[in-house]
Amino acid sequence: MMHNPHRPHRARIVERIQESSTVFTLRLEFIDPELRNSYHFAPGQFNMVYLYGVGEVAISIVSDPKSPRLLDHAIRTVGRVTHGISQLKANDIIGLRGPYGRGWPMVEAEGRDVLVITGGLGCAPVVSVINYINQRREQFGKLTILQGVKLPKDLIWRDRFEQWIKTPNTEVFLAADKGDPTWPWHVGRVVELFDQMQLSDNTIVMMCGPEGMMQACVHELLLRDIKERSIYLSMERNMQCALSQCGHCQYGADFVCRDGPVFSFDQIKPLFGRKGF
Amino acid sequence: MTQPLSPQFLPRDQLQRLLDGLHQAGHKTYGPQLCDGAIVYAPLNTVEELPQGVEDHHAPGSYRLKENGSQRWFDWVSTPQGIKPLLFKPREILWRATRDATGAIHFKNPENSTEKVAIIGARACDLAALALQDRHFLSIEQTPDPFYAERRRHLFIIAINCTRAADTCFCVSCGDGPKCEHGFDIAMTEIEHGFIIVSGSLQGKQFIKPLALNSADPAQLDEAAQREANATQQQRAVPSQNMRETLFNALDHPQWDDIASRCLSCGNCTAVCPSCFCYSEQAAPQLDGNSTEQLREWDSCFTQGHSYMHGITLRNDTRLRYRQWLTHKFASWHDQQGRSGCTGCGRCISWCPAGIDIIEELTILSDNRGVADDA
Repeated sequence: MMHNPHRPHRARIVERIQESSTVFTLRLEFIDPELRNSYHFAPGQFNMVYLYGVGEVAISIVSDPKSPRLLDHAIRTVGRVTHGISQLKANDIIGLRGPYGRGWPMVEAEGRDVLVITGGLGCAPVVSVINYINQRREQFGKLTILQGVKLPKDLIWRDRFEQWIKTPNTEVFLAADKGDPTWPWHVGRVVELFDQMQLSDNTIVMMCGPEGMMQACVHELLLRDIKERSIYLSMERNMQCALSQCGHCQYGADFVCRDGPVFSFDQIKPLFGRKGF
Repeated sequence: MTQPLSPQFLPRDQLQRLLDGLHQAGHKTYGPQLCDGAIVYAPLNTVEELPQGVEDHHAPGSYRLKENGSQRWFDWVSTPQGIKPLLFKPREILWRATRDATGAIHFKNPENSTEKVAIIGARACDLAALALQDRHFLSIEQTPDPFYAERRRHLFIIAINCTRAADTCFCVSCGDGPKCEHGFDIAMTEIEHGFIIVSGSLQGKQFIKPLALNSADPAQLDEAAQREANATQQQRAVPSQNMRETLFNALDHPQWDDIASRCLSCGNCTAVCPSCFCYSEQAAPQLDGNSTEQLREWDSCFTQGHSYMHGITLRNDTRLRYRQWLTHKFASWHDQQGRSGCTGCGRCISWCPAGIDIIEELTILSDNRGVADDA
C-alpha cells in the first residue's frame, strides 16, 4: 500500500506538566528516530494526537520550532478524548501525526511591531508566537500582548505573563470580565484596553480566541487604521482527518486544516462572523 | 490518450462475451439489477441478471419502476447510488492499532485487498461526478487518499449513454450530459438489436478487439443518435452554471426559512449525491481488548455532529445546514474546484422524502427582489 497519511506514529510522553486545573502540557517525542530527526514545524501548526481506542484531537504545538525533537502540546480537558489523554503519564505511548495547516506569519512579522491578542482559554496557539519572538527578540519590534479572560482563575501561565511584563520592549495588557482581590489588572472587556495602547503603522496582529471577541477586536483594529492584511486570526472548526478530506472544517471554500488555521482577515472577511459557517 | 475506434456494433447476444472478457481478466463486474423495487449496482455475472424492459420514473420524493415490454437492458436512467460507493466506501478501516503484552501500542495499515472492478451502466452525470471525487481525493495539493487511489487505479468503466431523461434530470444545464464524452474505458448506446460501442482508453480497446465486431452502419448510428436525442429533452435546468455570487448574496434570503420548514435534515440528499465527500472518523475498539480500528463512514452536513466543536454546534438548525449544503455545492465549490459540485443527476430530488426540489429552490434564491444585500 502507498503511504497512508491517516495512520498516526508512535510518540512517547516525555513529560506531563499541569498548567492549571483544566490545562496540561504534554511534551512528546516520536519513537521512530528517523521521524524524530526529519520532523519540523512552524508556530501555529498543529498535530493530531491519538488516544488508544478513543480517538484523535487537533492540538497546536506550543514549543519552539528550532527544537523539533521535543514537541509541547498544551491541552485543555474538554471532551472525551482530552479527558482520557489527561489521565496519561510520562513514558506512556500515544499516537501522533502532523504537522498540519498554515501557521503564524513569522517571516512577514520580522522587523515589525507585533500585537498578540488572545481571549478566554484559547491562548495556547499564540503562546507559540510569544515564545518564538522572545527567543529572537532582536528580529522584531515592540511586542504587545493583550489577553482577556472571564475570571482571574482562567489565566493560565500567570507566572509567564508576569515575566513578560518585565521584558524590555514588551507591553502586557490583561483584562478579566470579573475581578477579584488577586487581579491587579483591568476589570472589563478586552476591547476596552485598546484605548490604552499605542499602535504603530507597521503593527502586525496575531490573535486567537472566541470568534465574538475576535470580531470585536478586528473592529477596533480597523478603526485604528490597521490593514486587513496585517490582521491574522487562528480559526477553529471541527477537525477529524486534518487532510482536507473529511469536510468538517470547511469554512466557505477553505479547509481550516489545510488553508488555516491561521488566516489573514482579508482572506476570511466575507464569511467572518456569519452564523452557520 | 488513444484514438477511439470508429463506432462498432455489438449485437445484443454478444454482450455476454464482453462480460466474460472482463471476468476472465479478473474484474469483479458490477451492473444494474432489480432489487427491492429499485435498480441498483450489484455483482453481475450474466446478462440475464440485467433489468430488461424496465424504466424508472422520478419526481420530487418519488421513484417508481415500470415495465415497458422492451428487450432493452438500459432503459432506466439513474440508480440510487452512482459510482461513488465503489471508490469512496461508505465505511472502511483506515488503520488498526494493537496493544501487546507489555502495553506498547503499534499502528498498522489495514490488509490490502484491492480487486479489479468493472462497472457497466455509468451515466454521463456519474462520470462527471467521478471527476469531482477524483479531484477531491487525489488532489495534488494534498497527499492522495491511498484507499481511493488504489481502487480508482483498478476501476474499469463501461458507460451507457442515456436514451431517456427522467423528470428530475438536469445534466444538460450543468454541461455534464447526457452524452458520455470522456472518462470511460468503453461507452455504449443501446439500440433495439444491440449497442453502438466505442472505446475511450487503450484498455477499453483491448476488451473490444477480441469481439471482432463490425463497424456500425448508418442506420444503426442514426437510430442511436435519435435515442440519444431523447435524453436531451429535460424538464429541469439550473438557473446558471455558476451561482457563486448569487448564493453568497442571498445568505439572508427568506427562502432558507421556507426550505427549513419542509426539510427533515435527514441527509438523504447527501447520501445519494455522487459528489458529496464528507466522512466522519471513529475509533472502534475490539472486544478482545488488545486491538482497535479507526473507521471512516460517510457523514452529512445535515447531522448535528458535523459542525460540532467543544460544546458548540455551529449549525444548530435546519436552515443553516441546508444553506451550508447548497452554498457548498453550488457556490464555494467553484473556489475549490473551479466549477459547481453538481452534475445534474437529480438524485437529491427523487430521494428527498419531503420532495424538496433544488432546482425550484435555486430558482427562488436567484430572485433577489426584496432581499437586502448585506454581503
